[in-house]
Amino acid sequence: MFSLLQQTAADAAHEAEAAVSAAAEAANAPGMPQLNTDYFGNLIFWLLVVLAVIYWVLSRIALPRIGGVLSDRQGAITGDLVAAEEFKHKAKEAEAAYDKALADARAEAQKIVAANKAEIQKDLDAAIAKADAEIAARAAESEKRISEIRASAAEDARSVAREVTAALVENFGGAADPGQVNDAVDQRLKGALQ
Amino acid sequence: MENLGQLGQYLGAGLACIGMAGAAMGVGNVAGNYLSGALRNPSAAASQTATLFIGMAFAEALGIFSFLVALLLLFAV
Amino acid sequence: MATEEAGGLAFHPMEQFEVAPLFGDGPVSWYTPTNATLWMALSALAIVGLLVVGTRGRAIVPNRVQSIAELLYGMVRKMVEDVTGKDGLKYFPYVMTLFCFILFANFLGLLPKSFSPTSQIAITGVLAALVFVGVTVLGFVKNGAHFLGLFWVSSAPLALRPVLAVIELISYFVRPVSHSIRLAGNIMAGHAVIKVFAAFAAVAALAPISILAIVAVYGLEVLVCLIQAYVFTILTCVYLKDALHPAH
Repeated sequence: MFSLLQQTAADAAHEAEAAVSAAAEAANAPGMPQLNTDYFGNLIFWLLVVLAVIYWVLSRIALPRIGGVLSDRQGAITGDLVAAEEFKHKAKEAEAAYDKALADARAEAQKIVAANKAEIQKDLDAAIAKADAEIAARAAESEKRISEIRASAAEDARSVAREVTAALVENFGGAADPGQVNDAVDQRLKGALQ
Repeated sequence: MENLGQLGQYLGAGLACIGMAGAAMGVGNVAGNYLSGALRNPSAAASQTATLFIGMAFAEALGIFSFLVALLLLFAV
Repeated sequence: MATEEAGGLAFHPMEQFEVAPLFGDGPVSWYTPTNATLWMALSALAIVGLLVVGTRGRAIVPNRVQSIAELLYGMVRKMVEDVTGKDGLKYFPYVMTLFCFILFANFLGLLPKSFSPTSQIAITGVLAALVFVGVTVLGFVKNGAHFLGLFWVSSAPLALRPVLAVIELISYFVRPVSHSIRLAGNIMAGHAVIKVFAAFAAVAALAPISILAIVAVYGLEVLVCLIQAYVFTILTCVYLKDALHPAH
């Protein structure tokens, strides 16, 4: 058909022949079929039908379904992640509880140890105090005894000294005045027995 | 006369195919520059693939036009 | 022209894009089921099979088919959200429709003896025009006259702005053209190249090379099918972003 147009430039003698050959050519190989406008209506009509069908199926059935599946999956994944997070949290809590129990037990043990220690200390203190008191009492008694002994020793010494003095005075020929002798002995002994 | 016309058709169709060389260079240029950019900054490469294809499509379209001209000359004139 | 038989080689690279009625040999009117109808319907079926039947288990731990469906969903949704922002998610079903249709039409078109609806300029043109008209209407509804700020580059010097406005306006109206021709051209080119190599396989000496070349181009085409679906979708998202946030 297009080659026919071209042929219009050709001279008349060729024209009939060329038209025949172009017609034969068109029957064999009609150039570019895409440019054959005879089929355009048909192609466009069926294209629109097919597009409408695909659009209807996709927008009504396929796309909502796939979107739903994808969001379900997303939801499931998110849910699983949340659950995993929860389990992790729980594990952490359990660990914390375990740590706390351990610390509590340790503190309790510490407390018991401290209480026992305090009790023992108290007993010890009491025993020490008692022992101290006893020792003090004994020491006091001993002291008393010593001072008694010392006093009696001093008395003994004094009486011995008096007797010796009186005897000495008598032996030297004097009359021993007991009062004077006693005073003199006491005077001397005061220095010695201090 | 008819032969002369045919000569012109075939010559024109052959010459039109030279246009494809331009399209080839264009597409190669787009892809090569994309590749060198992507090697410099690979993290940005993935975000630019759409631009790459658009660029290639524009460059290639002109080659397709020359091909179409060749076809029109061969079959439709 | 390219179909002339030279030394036993027969090149028919464009024959595969021929639209033909499915039943009988009658004329093709607008409602006649054709091979294009068949393969578009098959892509729709494949989409339903993957995204509806594949996800009927609604499993929390997905099986293989469901993971593929979820992968597609996540990829397109992330694309829409990254490019247009949260308020673009309202249009996510439409973008997903485009992506799935183009992806499956591309992939099914790779089957031998199949028909690629996305190689038809009429079809990609309508897809792009739907995006273009939809985005333009949306831009004016959402932003009113403020949408015209898209063409008025306020960061440029004042004297340059009218020139830039003309350029921006032209580039805006070229968008649907390049948007549609890019997809159709890519698919058409790949299929035609495979067909040209297939024609060389008729010569015994060239057949091994030809088969290797077909394998290589086929591998490339698998990639191209995915990338073109991705590119079409992401450009739709970019245009949508321009409509929602026209500030330059």
